[in-house]
Amino acid sequence: MKEPSTEPQQDVDPTAPNEAERQARRRRAEKVQILLFFAGMALLPLVVTNSYYIHVFTFIGLNLIVATGLNLLMGYAGQVSLGHAAFYGMGAYASGILTAKYGWNAWPAMGGALVLTSAVAWVIGKPTLRLKGHYLAMATLGVGIIATVVMRQWVSMTGGPAGMQTPGITFFGHELESHMDVHYFYFVWAWVGVLMVLFANLVASRPGRGLRALHDSELAAQVLGIDTAAFKVRAFVISAAYASIAGSLYAHSSMRFLSPTPFDFHTSIALLVMVVLGGQGTLWGPVLGAVTVTFIQEALRPWAQYDIVVYGLLLMVLMIFMPGGLSRGLSTLWQWTAGVARRIRGRGRGGEDRE
Amino acid sequence: MSEPLLRVSGLTKTFGGLTAVNDVGFEVREDQIKALIGPNGAGKTTIFNLLTGVLQADSGTAQFRGNELVNSPTHRIASLGIGRTFQTSLLFDQMTVLENVMVGHHLRGRANMITASLRIFGVSAEEREYRELAMAVLELAGLADLAGRSAAELPIGQRRLVEVARALAAQPKLLMMDEPAAGLNMRETDEMGELIQRIRAEGVTVLLVEHDMSLVMNISDEILVLDRGQFLAEGSPEQIRDDERVLAAYLGAEAVD
Repeated sequence: MKEPSTEPQQDVDPTAPNEAERQARRRRAEKVQILLFFAGMALLPLVVTNSYYIHVFTFIGLNLIVATGLNLLMGYAGQVSLGHAAFYGMGAYASGILTAKYGWNAWPAMGGALVLTSAVAWVIGKPTLRLKGHYLAMATLGVGIIATVVMRQWVSMTGGPAGMQTPGITFFGHELESHMDVHYFYFVWAWVGVLMVLFANLVASRPGRGLRALHDSELAAQVLGIDTAAFKVRAFVISAAYASIAGSLYAHSSMRFLSPTPFDFHTSIALLVMVVLGGQGTLWGPVLGAVTVTFIQEALRPWAQYDIVVYGLLLMVLMIFMPGGLSRGLSTLWQWTAGVARRIRGRGRGGEDRE
Repeated sequence: MSEPLLRVSGLTKTFGGLTAVNDVGFEVREDQIKALIGPNGAGKTTIFNLLTGVLQADSGTAQFRGNELVNSPTHRIASLGIGRTFQTSLLFDQMTVLENVMVGHHLRGRANMITASLRIFGVSAEEREYRELAMAVLELAGLADLAGRSAAELPIGQRRLVEVARALAAQPKLLMMDEPAAGLNMRETDEMGELIQRIRAEGVTVLLVEHDMSLVMNISDEILVLDRGQFLAEGSPEQIRDDERVLAAYLGAEAVD
């Protein structure tokens, strides 16, 4: 089978021994990208000294954590959650209540919130993900509504609509200050870094491939031995765990204050838009989505009740012009530009171009 | 005679008022190529679906190496060592050919979502190993040149080969192939026949459903003929070729009379 392929070769380095090696190289390139990105984020406070923008970028980090988890569910397991803000809120309130009412240290409170939120996700996911179709979307929609009601009505615990005060978090003996603090920005983005690396590792290995497989064809995945129902449940639990971590980080910093509004249905939709807008099933999609949507939220602050309209328009335009989301749209544009550049260079060298 | 690899008996499945499979029983011996044939609607694919847990049976049993297949979940049946390919190849279209075959290695992997996230307990080494193994499988199947191509781009003949390679990556004891030659041209059909014989030579038992009679007659050790969900005849290709009941089922009773 050594006959030369008659298909046009695309971007193939002829010195690379085979596809396995190339795949390993792509993995290494991805690690370099992550490293460069976080190096850039680490330098950001040197350029952006305005504390309001530091605050916005901190929130981008929190949103990004939730969106990355949601991306695992939507882009890999092929399921939709319409109530992810509820898990974000569960993480926040569990952390807040355990610290403010029961005097726990913030770190174990964060762990407790993580366990609780994951358990709730498991209880919801286990029965609904056995069924074919989008039952999870329905169930999570319900969870979102229930969570909002609990946050508003359980006044003795949550403080109701008036909200509750929460203590801060200490990191190696250093008490992190309130929301304008650049230390807190670093603290959140360190978490973003760790969780994005974990995510990249997960999707590039056996269970990640299993998820992508069942997204394409559940039947084919099952005949290869993948327990598709269990895989979907696990992906859902992990996505809820990511949301819970972001929630706990929110509880112990920001304004040292929790209220139900940031965790309602609007946020669930905003999170969904981040994933779809950025590009589901990619590492960088949620980054683009979280940045874009968070800035839109900030810009629309005076007209916050209309944000749903803007998201709806965004989704419509996106589905028509860039169905793969911003990250894929940009990468297609980049490949096209690179292709044109190569062709021009090829002509310059005397028609080496094979196409 | 040794214990058969697969023993099916009394298998029955009805869809509403229609009995698609009616009290069918047969055996598949180790290292055999066995074909299931019959006119359209004979219930061949339904039997495949019952044996791989895709459909629930009304009654009947199927013993595979001491395990019951009927009404077991599909992924558990796969883990017993049964591979399957489909009438229209079900590839993972968003993945490359190499990744498709790597999913085939799933059952032999150990990494779970936690160890994979943290890259602990030898996950990286396992990943490297399966990448090399998948590449080796593709080389064996003559598909190494396609490794980096997206599965969605492939023509039907190559899709089918990739699907077989993926199923073999799981190292099954029994490979169930549903119309492996459907949509293939004559040259590709011949190559598929050779591939199936090579697979058997590697120690994999093959059970196939096929409409291409020359392929079935050439490669099968034993043929089971079904008609309207019922057992009609069973025997060697020669016996089946001369069986009047089979001719009648295919051509209509009057033609034979």
